Amino acid sequence: MVVTTHAVTVISASQFLGYATLGLEPDQLLQHLARYPSMDYFIELLFSGLTRGSIYALLALGYTMVYGIIGLINFAHGEIYMIGAYTALIVSTVLSIYGLPPLTILVVTALAAALWAAAYGFTVERLAYRPLRNAPRLSPLISAIGMSIFLQNFVLLAQTSDFQPFPSLIPELAFMEPFAAVIGSKDLTILIVAALVMILLTFMIKFTRTGKAMRATSQDRKMALLVGINVDNIISITFLIGSALAAIGGLLIASHVGQINCSIGFIAGIKAFTAAVLGGIGSIPGAVLGSFVLGLTEAFATGYVSSDYEDAFAFALLVLILIFRPAGLLGKAAIDKV
Amino acid sequence: MRSIKTRYILTALTLAASLATGALAANSIKIGVAGAHSGDLASYGLPTLKAAQLVVKDINEQGGINGVPVELVAEDDACKPEIAANAATKLVSAGVKVVIGHTCSGATKAALPIYRDAKVLLISPSATTPSLTQNGEFPNFYRTIAADDAQARTEVDFTINTLKVQKIAIIHDKGDYGKGLAEFAKSFIEQSGKATVVLFEGVTPGAVDYSAVVQKIKRSGAEAVVFGGYHPEASKIVSQMRQKRMSTLFISDDGVKDDTFIKVAGKDAEGVYATGPADVSQNPIAIEYRRKFKEAEGADPGAFFDNAVAATLALTHALTKAGTVDQEAVGRALRSDKVATPFGAIQFDAKGEPIGIEFSIYQVKNGQYIQVR
Repeated sequence: MVVTTHAVTVISASQFLGYATLGLEPDQLLQHLARYPSMDYFIELLFSGLTRGSIYALLALGYTMVYGIIGLINFAHGEIYMIGAYTALIVSTVLSIYGLPPLTILVVTALAAALWAAAYGFTVERLAYRPLRNAPRLSPLISAIGMSIFLQNFVLLAQTSDFQPFPSLIPELAFMEPFAAVIGSKDLTILIVAALVMILLTFMIKFTRTGKAMRATSQDRKMALLVGINVDNIISITFLIGSALAAIGGLLIASHVGQINCSIGFIAGIKAFTAAVLGGIGSIPGAVLGSFVLGLTEAFATGYVSSDYEDAFAFALLVLILIFRPAGLLGKAAIDKV
Repeated sequence: MRSIKTRYILTALTLAASLATGALAANSIKIGVAGAHSGDLASYGLPTLKAAQLVVKDINEQGGINGVPVELVAEDDACKPEIAANAATKLVSAGVKVVIGHTCSGATKAALPIYRDAKVLLISPSATTPSLTQNGEFPNFYRTIAADDAQARTEVDFTINTLKVQKIAIIHDKGDYGKGLAEFAKSFIEQSGKATVVLFEGVTPGAVDYSAVVQKIKRSGAEAVVFGGYHPEASKIVSQMRQKRMSTLFISDDGVKDDTFIKVAGKDAEGVYATGPADVSQNPIAIEYRRKFKEAEGADPGAFFDNAVAATLALTHALTKAGTVDQEAVGRALRSDKVATPFGAIQFDAKGEPIGIEFSIYQVKNGQYIQVR
């Protein structure tokens, strides 16, 4: 009940915004209302925004975890996502030759992609970031950009620059058919997987030993070392988890859009990074919240105003939030110790 | 040092002498070939020069035009407007009355006033900017390539007249190519008065999800989507429309008429329409000149070669017909007479656009683009 009332308020507010920007006369406004009259359009856009939000969230978590632990913006994260998607493509193609059932293929592919991408994430950290642990902050940042360019071109050479079809690994669910016009099986799967991943991750960080060690490392690395935490191991684990999540994201998103090439990591990475900053980089609930805020803003901006201004709305929102809350929605303002 | 300088002067003198004798040889018909023969865009201009040489060689072997041999005068403009104006002035002062060129639209635009004032006829194989013919400023200009807006015209005519669609959503990818096409399509639909544009929107290329804009298409009640852009976005939009169980028609451009589109969109690609240049690979004239080029150069001809062969054939045919190099007489012959070219029989309309060099409509059927007749 509460949800419905809330939704009605949102629709009228966003419609009002739409009319105000379009500067419509009253009779045009009536025409406009006749065109977008119903609640179900709002719900369609809502699900569209939630799908986008979950896609961003799966990636934003990786950015925010790494930043929270070592204060590094891991620009190669988008490429890990892309490598995860490619691994999924290769593994699922091989498996489908053996004619395994779709669910087996999906599970095995997801595991393989997560493992392989985690191995990449681990290696990237070892090669490009660990040697620079005590270097000035700018050095690992440049190293991250270099890693991103390297991985992208490595896949470009190993594969092609062409777009390749990605098999639809997520099966069409029969009971979803009546709702296909609003939310498809793939959207639903993405929503559920994203929700599960977030719950598991929160649980792990709150209650497990590794989670506690991660929080300790994030709060004060030197102090964590002093109380006997193997900080290097914790950082490696963070990269493993973040990369595995990115690979799951890669698999889901690629089977949602049906195509991949070596540069898909770039735009998805930029958007997910924006979401992480929006929510407060370093904060895990912040990354999730930021992703949904970004996804919903884009969907409603497209639906009620124009997709021409989708990015403009997204980044205007980012600027606004950062003006009023410089650390992001849920971020803690850090005081730089000099 | 001195010897190099002397050599330069000697070369210059020899060149000047050869040009001078060329100008003095009264008994020949001079055809200018102006375009990018050097610089970054030479690969667009050199095939034109080669095509003109091959065609003129054949004509001269058969006794020239009405018994008079043809002589080509090449001028390089490097696709730069300021050099193009110079090249035009040089050709005009050399007494050239008909010119094949220029390669680029910008250069053509800069040179055209000079040719018009000197009553020189120009026929371009590659300048595609619509305004060159359409504002009626240059009655001396013809071209053997479809203008940029011809593709949008073909899409719109097919959508309105053949598919009989009345509500159209136009979507583009915000790029120069896609948005340009979309804007032409919009203005053609509005001019026709037979259909309405219910949605005109740009999407961000590379986005992870287009479901919001797809819902908007559905809400707009459009029976067909005209998309301006390339295949990655087209396949995402088509797939998401089909996932939402929409059977809306999808009509797009030669950026989508690519086999990668069918490969990526799979069964969702079925029934999609796309425009593309007509296939000339079976035309005997195209085959003959491509073979001659390959014999002479040892490589396949480059960009606009077929168009340049068509331009040279059309021009020499009109010169034969007119029996003079007078701009108006040659223009009349170009407009009234059909001539066989790599594109089939073509002639020109009152504005100078080619009739017969057009875009065709293709449809995906069983995983292949099939031309719609």
